[in-house]
Amino acid sequence: MKLTLVGVSHHDAPIELRERVALDGGAAAALAGRLGTESVVLSTCNRTELYLVREEHAEDVAVGTLTELAGEGAAELSGVVYRLRDEAAALHLFRVAAGLDSLVPGEGEILGQVRSAYEAGATGSFLDRLFRQALHVGRRVRVETAIAESPASVPSAAAALAQQVFGELGGRRVLILGAGKTSESAARNLVSRGATIAAVANRTLAHGEELARKLGAEAIELDRVSAELGTADVVISSTSAPGYILARDTVAAALRARRGRPLLLVDLAVPRDLDPRINDLEGCFLYDVDDLEAVVAETLSGRRSEAARAERLVAAEAARFREWQAALDVVPTIASLRALAEEIRDRELERAGSRLSERERRQVESVTSQIVAKLLHLPTIRMKEAAAAADGVVYAHVVRHLFGLGERSAERAEEERK
Amino acid sequence: MAELLVVPALIAYGEAAFAYAGELRGPGLAGRLATWGVRLGWLAQTALLVGQAVSAEGFPWGTWAGSLNLFVWLVVGAYLIWGCTPRYRLLGLAVMPPAALLLALAWLGGGTGFGEDTASGAVLALHVGLMLAGFAGLTLAAGMAALYLWQERRLKRHERRVLRVRFPPLESLDHLAARAVVASLVVLALGIGAGASRVEREDFDAAMVVTFGIVALYAALLVLRHEGWRGRRSALLNLAGFALVAVVLPLTHFAG
Repeated sequence: MKLTLVGVSHHDAPIELRERVALDGGAAAALAGRLGTESVVLSTCNRTELYLVREEHAEDVAVGTLTELAGEGAAELSGVVYRLRDEAAALHLFRVAAGLDSLVPGEGEILGQVRSAYEAGATGSFLDRLFRQALHVGRRVRVETAIAESPASVPSAAAALAQQVFGELGGRRVLILGAGKTSESAARNLVSRGATIAAVANRTLAHGEELARKLGAEAIELDRVSAELGTADVVISSTSAPGYILARDTVAAALRARRGRPLLLVDLAVPRDLDPRINDLEGCFLYDVDDLEAVVAETLSGRRSEAARAERLVAAEAARFREWQAALDVVPTIASLRALAEEIRDRELERAGSRLSERERRQVESVTSQIVAKLLHLPTIRMKEAAAAADGVVYAHVVRHLFGLGERSAERAEEERK
Repeated sequence: MAELLVVPALIAYGEAAFAYAGELRGPGLAGRLATWGVRLGWLAQTALLVGQAVSAEGFPWGTWAGSLNLFVWLVVGAYLIWGCTPRYRLLGLAVMPPAALLLALAWLGGGTGFGEDTASGAVLALHVGLMLAGFAGLTLAAGMAALYLWQERRLKRHERRVLRVRFPPLESLDHLAARAVVASLVVLALGIGAGASRVEREDFDAAMVVTFGIVALYAALLVLRHEGWRGRRSALLNLAGFALVAVVLPLTHFAG
């Protein structure tokens, strides 16, 4: 069995080309069905890759398909398309599933995309094994390394900080100041972790109402913010106000009603919305854009160092896959050898059958069966081990030659034909 | 020979203490090694304590060193409840170095030997066991309070590594410390009750006064929490109470 991978990705292909060859779930499934015996099409915003298992012309078929998809961009495609085979292809898929080939190392979305592609693909035993192992690798990397633990963007860093203060965010109340895209992105990150958006405050109430409706919150005027501070756990601010909209004294006054509960304030606006002296108040933690960007830069560098550990893990899994794939080449030889041994045993037993009592026959059967199993055990193991090495196939040829395995099956076929 | 079980326990606790420091560089192997150090060390110490209990005719941990031995076992045992989860792993940084140090002290003081019994009677054993368990709980609470103050400082100073080396969440530390104090006070009350049945008026000493002071201080902490003294203030009060437990109580008890 030969594995072939042909694809384009964000590393070399510009977005214009990636757009052309990108496929939605249905189209990817249909294409996989058209490509032949075993094929999977993985198409995300960063890559389109075709995984094929076939003996001949697999690469030509795959490149032809991508060229067809690229249409007017076909000329550009030839310079950026990559072709990988067998272990290199498996290693690539494992790196993709682990998030190591992504723009942000360790991002989690890709694992789900690999799973969807696998489920929609036309898979047989080979690609089944390959993709199941890829999913396993993706999970292993995320569990055994800290690559996916740290946030990679400012809004997700804000949400992660909230978890550092409050733990689980279920039931935590969030107050949003400003109704722009930045506020919405941060709010959605918090909601995805279980927080509740209590209110959206905006200078223009109509804009605030629109975002509040999307987030299932109440829209309020900016002058009602101080009243909300008593019950909110997290404040996200991103307005275009020229000066501070929340002063230290306003927050200090609200703290009395909070009875010692902490308050996290995230100021995503430039110029800043929140008086920096708020951070001096007991129980208040104020982060501005610079603070969050510094945290994100640090976590990204952490992801990169974790990526080195993940690479080692992925390489070990790829080696395991290579061993499995190589063993496939010797499996028919092993099966033939065992069949030959059984055939000889049966024939000799049959020949001796008339001279043995029923009890003796059972004993001889048992003894010969054990002899055959023990004789073939070590050669079987050795052949599988040798298969993983470069000269593995040679071993299989030698065994076939020594035992005349090909000749015997040819003879049998001839007999059957007659 | 069984007395030498203190050596593997000490080595394992020491290894855990160092490995927890390594965990500060980032989560990974160091944390797992630390957790295994705690587990194996605790098992070795458990075997040591069982050996001591079997070989003694009375209560084998009546001396200050013996009490310290039992105390360390209780603290580490209580920590194991949280310590095995990655989320609270860094609590080990506040628990394991002092645990290793105190066990070494107990060893040097002869508290890990066999065949020693300084006191007898089930009531006394119950009293000492409960008091030590209560103080072990307060030690854990103090560990959480210390970790709270550290985490609060990191958040206040906007440390860049705040999300890379993850401490337990601030509010969880605050709540868990308070719960540990409540549980410890209940155990201490039971221990005091058990001891009171044997005490005569003339037995009343400085250690008992300090013990009541400790109970009163922690009770005040719980009341004040209802009045809004949470977070930083609660953690500071917790540590002040622990200073009484760690310094004043041993001095008054064992010096007497």
